Amino acid sequence: MGGAKANPDSSINKRSLLRTVQLTIDRCEPVIEWIIRLCGWSAILFVFAIFFFVFREGSGMLFENLDLKEFFSSPNWRPNSVVRAQYGVLALLIGTVAVTGLAMLIAVPLGLGAAIYVSEFAGNRAKETLKVVIELLAAIPSVVWGFIGYMVLGPIIIWATDAPVGINVLNGGIILALMSVPIIVSVSEDSLRAVPDSYREAALALGASRWEVVYRVLFPAAKNGLLAAVLLGVGRAIGETMAVLMATGHAVQIPNSLLDPVRTLTATIAAELGETVSGDDHYGVLFVIGIVLFVVAFLVNLAADLVVKGIGGEQHD
Amino acid sequence: MSRMCVARITYLVFMLSVLGCGSGGSGGNSSSSSTDTTIRVEGSDTMVNLAQAWAEEYKKVRPDISIQVSGGGSGVGIASLIDGVCQLANASRKMEETELKRAEANTGKRPQEIIVGLDALAVYVHKNNPIDSISIPELAEIYGDAGKIESWSALGIKNAGCASDEITRVSRQNNSGTYHYFREALLGNKRDFKLGSIDQSGSKDVVALVSRTPCAIGYSGMGYKTDDLKWLKISKEKGQTGVEPSVATASDGSYPIARPLHIYTLGTPTGVLKEYIDWIRSDAGQQIVIDLGYVPLKNTDKSVTEDADSTADESTAATDADAGTTKQASDNDSVKE
Repeated sequence: MGGAKANPDSSINKRSLLRTVQLTIDRCEPVIEWIIRLCGWSAILFVFAIFFFVFREGSGMLFENLDLKEFFSSPNWRPNSVVRAQYGVLALLIGTVAVTGLAMLIAVPLGLGAAIYVSEFAGNRAKETLKVVIELLAAIPSVVWGFIGYMVLGPIIIWATDAPVGINVLNGGIILALMSVPIIVSVSEDSLRAVPDSYREAALALGASRWEVVYRVLFPAAKNGLLAAVLLGVGRAIGETMAVLMATGHAVQIPNSLLDPVRTLTATIAAELGETVSGDDHYGVLFVIGIVLFVVAFLVNLAADLVVKGIGGEQHD
Repeated sequence: MSRMCVARITYLVFMLSVLGCGSGGSGGNSSSSSTDTTIRVEGSDTMVNLAQAWAEEYKKVRPDISIQVSGGGSGVGIASLIDGVCQLANASRKMEETELKRAEANTGKRPQEIIVGLDALAVYVHKNNPIDSISIPELAEIYGDAGKIESWSALGIKNAGCASDEITRVSRQNNSGTYHYFREALLGNKRDFKLGSIDQSGSKDVVALVSRTPCAIGYSGMGYKTDDLKWLKISKEKGQTGVEPSVATASDGSYPIARPLHIYTLGTPTGVLKEYIDWIRSDAGQQIVIDLGYVPLKNTDKSVTEDADSTADESTAATDADAGTTKQASDNDSVKE
């Protein structure tokens, strides 16, 4: 209907639109500046809004019904018990720490090693290829990682270790390590590259070997960036949900070995929030877990900030 | 100056939206003027394949009605029904009294329970596991809190594929109707599951994990059987001969862990909802139940079961006589036992 008529209309529209865009850009800088400023501040707004929401949903449970001693010291997570509902997150907390810790043990040496190779030793061609591939690694969705852990790594672990089940701390740790490596590599590679070449040249001129250059000169000079890289990796590992839900086995128990299945805090929220009716005790407890995760993330970031500032201060002295 | 800018930006946004609408206009019109009815179905992961098959088949009967099916677990469906998000909730367990009350308080209507089929819960192990049958008390000692059976040798089984001899319990996440039903069937209402089981979020995941894990034992609907695993014969007491899960043994009650599958509606179903549910319970709908490996309703069960204290003003055509309704209700109870 009226298609022929609509066409010239819209071309006039487009032309006048372009003119308006030009005029707007020319004359309206203050307004645009103001909008951009708003975009910047909105980040703070969102963080506070999220914290407010999580805290509001969890606070009823946190201050009234929840036995905090049981919450932190009991390994019994039985929200649907027929005997007595128990909300103990000790096993989940240890699960998160175990998986994250193992992931960092693997990812930090691997990531730093890769960063050093890419920035200091690789030829131009290898460098470009590696960087593209590592960035590709970062783009793999977490559910795919979880799937790999579940379908591929699980049977390999059973075959290699005779473990009763292949989805466990080891599996989750390896998957999380592979997920954190790209972040660690790209941030630490940036910080190594930011060290001026004159440092390297001076060290080489003094007769240092290439290893000594890396160890004695580049590491101290790029300390802040390397630390930031590691902490970003830790943040990634703690917050990851989907992959650990699939790869750790999702079993509420305190692990005795790397081959025991565990459950993490994030996976618990993901698996159980859908079922709960808002206002429920169970619903509230899941938000309290959210608050715990928020506090942990805040502490990690704060520690990173303080350490980075501390090191910066030393250098200025 | 700055006021003029605001005007200009408003104009810009307006023009952009006019252009956007111009290109997408025809699509928008048709969708807003459509008279299609949508039924939202949510709930039981056990029933999600069944619900999808019904929805697809019903599309051929009534193309004007679109049915959206999603899973997530019986608890998810019931929570959505209570919040008024979906019209039909699939549940492989009964709604609890507290949930019924909450739904009534939230929506003003009491949920109605309609039985649409039966499901036999099979206990699965890895295909190389030599075990052949197991009793309910033994399963209770494996899965129950403080249970004593932790190794395959404690069952008298030499499981060669499982080097650690440890029984790896595979279970479901705790919003699953299958989880609730299995707990009730094994442990009654006084005992919890033992913690430390591997809790999977879907029936398919349980089957996939058990078929890859020689030490594992797990439970899922009969329809999820694949060639990579085997199910066990189940006996009510130790020493009795086990019964293999099948349509016949589930519907005559000799297989001990079979349960009714429910659809819940808010209030007595009317209009398109009633037509859909009646179709599900008809021969055409029940044929799909058989095709997917579930157990169909017996002929005597095939009308909508009503709550005795239903406040609905008009009784539906499906329940022709009150006497018939109460008889069916008791039939269903006996099936469950």
